[in-house]
Amino acid sequence: MNKEKKGLFAKEGVRSVIASLICILGGLLVGFIVLVCLAMFNENIPFSQAVTGIVTVLAGPFSAGSFHDAMFQLGNMLFQATPLIMTGLSVALAFKTGLFNIGAPGQYLMGAMGSLIVALSIPTTVVPAVIVWILALLTGILLGVLWGAIPGFFKAKFNVNEVIVCIMTNWIAANVVSWVFKVTGDNFINYAETKVNFIRKTATNGVATWSFGLNDLFGGSYLDISIFIATVIAIVLYVVMNKTTFGYELRACGFNKNASKYAGMNEKRNIILSMAIAGGLAACGAALWCLNGSQDFKWETYLTLPADGFNGIPAALLASNNPIGVIFSAIFLKYLGAGGSNLAAHTSFNEYVSPLIVAVIIYFAGASKLIKDLLARGAHKKRKVAAAAAEPVPPDTGGPPEEAESPSAEDPPEEEPAETETPDVPETTEGGEES
Amino acid sequence: MIFLLQKTLIFTIPLLIVALAGMYAERSGIINIALDGIMIFGAFSGALCALLLRRTPFFVDHNQLTFVIAMAVAAVSGALFSLLLSFSAIKLKADQTIGGTALNMLAPAIALFFIKVFFFKDQLEMVPAANSEGKVVDFGYVIQNKDMNPVLSIFFDKAYISTFIALAIFILLSVLIYKTKTGLRLRACGEHPQAAASVGIEVNRMRYLGTTVSGALAGFGGYVYIATVANGQATGAVAGMGFLALAIMIFGNWKPLGIALGALFFGFLKCLGVIYDQLSVTINGKEIYFLKELNLPMYFYNLIPYVAVLLVLAFTSKRSRAPKAEGIPYDKGMR
Repeated sequence: MNKEKKGLFAKEGVRSVIASLICILGGLLVGFIVLVCLAMFNENIPFSQAVTGIVTVLAGPFSAGSFHDAMFQLGNMLFQATPLIMTGLSVALAFKTGLFNIGAPGQYLMGAMGSLIVALSIPTTVVPAVIVWILALLTGILLGVLWGAIPGFFKAKFNVNEVIVCIMTNWIAANVVSWVFKVTGDNFINYAETKVNFIRKTATNGVATWSFGLNDLFGGSYLDISIFIATVIAIVLYVVMNKTTFGYELRACGFNKNASKYAGMNEKRNIILSMAIAGGLAACGAALWCLNGSQDFKWETYLTLPADGFNGIPAALLASNNPIGVIFSAIFLKYLGAGGSNLAAHTSFNEYVSPLIVAVIIYFAGASKLIKDLLARGAHKKRKVAAAAAEPVPPDTGGPPEEAESPSAEDPPEEEPAETETPDVPETTEGGEES
Repeated sequence: MIFLLQKTLIFTIPLLIVALAGMYAERSGIINIALDGIMIFGAFSGALCALLLRRTPFFVDHNQLTFVIAMAVAAVSGALFSLLLSFSAIKLKADQTIGGTALNMLAPAIALFFIKVFFFKDQLEMVPAANSEGKVVDFGYVIQNKDMNPVLSIFFDKAYISTFIALAIFILLSVLIYKTKTGLRLRACGEHPQAAASVGIEVNRMRYLGTTVSGALAGFGGYVYIATVANGQATGAVAGMGFLALAIMIFGNWKPLGIALGALFFGFLKCLGVIYDQLSVTINGKEIYFLKELNLPMYFYNLIPYVAVLLVLAFTSKRSRAPKAEGIPYDKGMR
């Protein structure tokens, strides 16, 4: 049975991609319906704007108007996708190990704080900028690791739901970051440009991620090599999670805590480790964003959490928690975001249509298992029909000899589910490990 | 002292009602992580309704009536919005945490999108409006009773009508879930839906009921929050109150009495963060602002509730008992 040529939907990976595409289509459709409804009931908005609107969103940065603007937006899109890739990886890794890391915003803030403080307080006249850059990145990651370990610790030691702890640590981080910058503010707040709400750009200390001309290539945007760093990290994460014993242990603990304990793994250590690595990844995203050198970081964050932290969740879900997939889903989300900004600039609608579409996509992504199952079932039916066509006289049609062989198979309909289930077995276990 | 208690009560009420909302959903077996989003949605529709009503002078004259209508609208819209969650959880058998997260993202997106399209702003403010005499007046939801004995004045001076309604609803629903047949059935669906189904209870219907009640309460709580605590501004956020309510529900062990205690505790801590610099004691005729003189930044007081949640959860996790079947899609065939 397994040696037969499998249909397109038979592969788990293909099904995941198709399920994500269906979710994206659903989200875009709902977004379009909202625009059409608005145009219909609001006399100020002509109907044609609904169509222009959805085309603008779909075209993303390419709807900017001129070629130069499009290149500029494209560069910024890739730059802004970097922190999102990292938070997406953070959430995806946690999901793979059975944890829901909704604490990425807090870890992100801690990472931003750590990297900014180091990058701005070590004078580059004494220490080379390269070393400061590396130190700043590492400090940010370290703070994120520590911050992410908190929910892991609570989960492992006290069995407290990690979602609640993550949310609490988010708000604690938001207040801690505001507090630290309030106290030490004189050294870090951007008084020079009279932007008192923001931290000084790291470029003022000569610390900036190298762009090797990428920024000029993309119309003077902020693009630097951090997108490549994020890509490399994603690939490394993929290899570690799928090809090493360590990664297998982490995934096994997420899949069945008790079974992995029985198999001799330290399940508590693994939970804490998963969350710590997830925290480090999210913080790394923030550090890469801050160390770009020309970004404004709003230090008084106690009332708001960074959107890139939360958007890691859709990025991970769209990619079915595959690290390589996260690269593409994060870029796609920023692509929609760029489309949303252009929408606000060119039509009567506003940029909030992008988060709306993303939210609907996630809503559908929650049901992606159902979609995948439907796809699998559809593939299965096709295969069965093909098999039946190939063998005009299948052996099971002969009723009497079957009955003689096995008395349990008295009911012909009972045969069907039994037959359909057998080839499914390897697939479902595969799927279980994936998700 | 009275001032502190009055303020505590104001902060407690939304937490109380939203934590109860969480309890109703989880007792029926659905994890409602979307409380925050439903609050945002309820706040948005309640504020929209109040704004539109106040274009008619009659409703400006009758402030309390407008308030009650807006609360009702917020509850209904919260219930409708929560149908999205129950649909995905029950019909699509989706992961409830992801469904809830989607709703949490959807609510601010919808609210901000429509506010910006129709009002060209990023938030909806309850602006003063003209009453029947042509005078422009502010939102006067507060009930004033200046000369009253101190104990009673905690409840009846500078109070909101929402406080009494919310307390009444809280008591009523707490009794309902323990003393009625429907309440028992709802709880059974959160513990062992297959067993419940075996005695003829329609599990899915009970879960729809639980989530819808939850949505109505959360929407109501959301509007109460912005009207009484957040200066009547509907933005795309409720400052994480929904999540705090979720933590209170866990703290309260999914029981009304525990929830009431938890809400009071965290309401107090939360309100401390806002009014700490206005608190004073009079010693020898001298007013001393004791918390202000500690010279700690506001962030410290903002931190306390969240740190307290963590500590409390760490110490109470041993006796914590969540509904057994929460978060698991109901499957008839499972045993």
